[in-house]
Amino acid sequence: MRLVKNLGYALGLPVLLILLWWGYTLVSSNFYVPEPGEFVTTFADVWFGERFFDDVLPSIGRLLAGLVLSILLGVVAGLVIGSVRWLRSLLEPVLEFFRAIPPPVLVPVLMLLIGVNDQMKVVVIVLGSVWPVLLNTIEGVRSVDPVMTETARSYGIDGWSRFVHLVIPAAGPQMMAGIRQALSIGLILMVISEMFASSSGLGFTIVQFQRSFAIPEMWSGIAVLGLIGVVLSFVFQRVERKVLAWYRGLKEVENAG
Amino acid sequence: MATTRAGRSWGPAALGALGILGFLATWEVLPLTGLVDPRYLPPASEVLAELGAQFLSAGFWLAVWQTVRAWFLGLLIAAVAAIVLGLVIGTSAVLRRATHTTIEFLRPIPSVALIPLAVLLFGVQLESTLLLVVYASFWQILIQVLYGVADVDTVAQNTARSFGLGRFARVRYVTWPTALPYVITGLRLGAAVALILAVTAQLVIGSPGLGREIALAQSGGAVSAMYAFVLTTGLLGVLINMAMRVLERRALAWHSSVRGEVAV
Repeated sequence: MRLVKNLGYALGLPVLLILLWWGYTLVSSNFYVPEPGEFVTTFADVWFGERFFDDVLPSIGRLLAGLVLSILLGVVAGLVIGSVRWLRSLLEPVLEFFRAIPPPVLVPVLMLLIGVNDQMKVVVIVLGSVWPVLLNTIEGVRSVDPVMTETARSYGIDGWSRFVHLVIPAAGPQMMAGIRQALSIGLILMVISEMFASSSGLGFTIVQFQRSFAIPEMWSGIAVLGLIGVVLSFVFQRVERKVLAWYRGLKEVENAG
Repeated sequence: MATTRAGRSWGPAALGALGILGFLATWEVLPLTGLVDPRYLPPASEVLAELGAQFLSAGFWLAVWQTVRAWFLGLLIAAVAAIVLGLVIGTSAVLRRATHTTIEFLRPIPSVALIPLAVLLFGVQLESTLLLVVYASFWQILIQVLYGVADVDTVAQNTARSFGLGRFARVRYVTWPTALPYVITGLRLGAAVALILAVTAQLVIGSPGLGREIALAQSGGAVSAMYAFVLTTGLLGVLINMAMRVLERRALAWHSSVRGEVAV
């Protein structure tokens, strides 16, 4: 009974929305709104075939490459910059400025500097999504509890083990918050870089559909992008729960107390 | 955070200025050494001179105004919708459970996926920019409002109820003050995302504003103008971030001592 109720809560609204959509297409024939049945068959036709290998997988590959690079770069540079006070003061204004630049404007800039190719698209993703990781890591390292820092020092914990046992765990929650922002920016940039300058990839394909007024196909492309976003955020939540399990536990104890 | 920073001497500020100068110097020298083709990356002085020239042109300020207008209108619509919906959904347990899956599904959809739709519906108008801006910033704010409403102290809520406060009064005097810090965090995040999407829409769709100027300058080969516009979007972003921090400090003056930075 409980299960049925939970299921009802989880699926009630989505089912209702789909029914509304279906009902709407029954009473009116809006050119821009395909029927649900038509949408599903189009989705299967368009994306379960060679397009999956030609457009979807390369796009996802570039996205993942860019994200992994920017997380590595952001975390390593952030740990270094965050630990050295004068370096942090020196670089912070410049970094804040770079973060404030809306990353998609880098697409035309990098088209000039690198040209239109795969490297350019990965670099766009890295240059856009590295800032939240980097700045959040710096902030996380900066705000390590001074008592812990002093304790670690008096126990003679320094060098490498200080990073592994004190700094990285303490900055973890901030880092993960930065990485979450990086995921959504990376996805945006994957699409933009392909819409702007490409002859393949998801972004390109969707714009192509729109230009040729292939409306159900366009909607199916939007759905694919949505699914990628949903899967990314689901995977991230799983990883975050694993990595920050201790932090959640700590917060719960603190809130209860 | 502000007080500790101001408490330290002028050292960090001077170092920061030095950092900016160093960055500009590197940018100036890089094209001269030939490591980067100066046709594609003009030296800093050239771009800054171009930016100065742009400051005197009416077209430049029109583009800035169009971008700021799209940013502001989009953020305003998203904020009003998200706050109202967030309060309604958040204060009802049934609604909160019933909407959970739908929100979690719709939220991660990248708003740029809506670009083709915006083009079809509105063409190269302000409205297509607004569609993207509103969609992107709406979720940021809504999620924070929901967190904030969920954070309401049960004792305070029950006390208000036993004092006979009605539903509206409870929202006004108990829920809203609790949720306000979260709302402000949502606004700050939403403001940054809104600018990104405003410029992106102009860049890709070609609706009027700074983004379109960048695309035009790039395709027209006006390289230093393109960099000048890119710098302008960055400056705009810094200004918006600063404005949101001021707003945060103003709105939470009564509260900021209690509140740590909300992790998002």
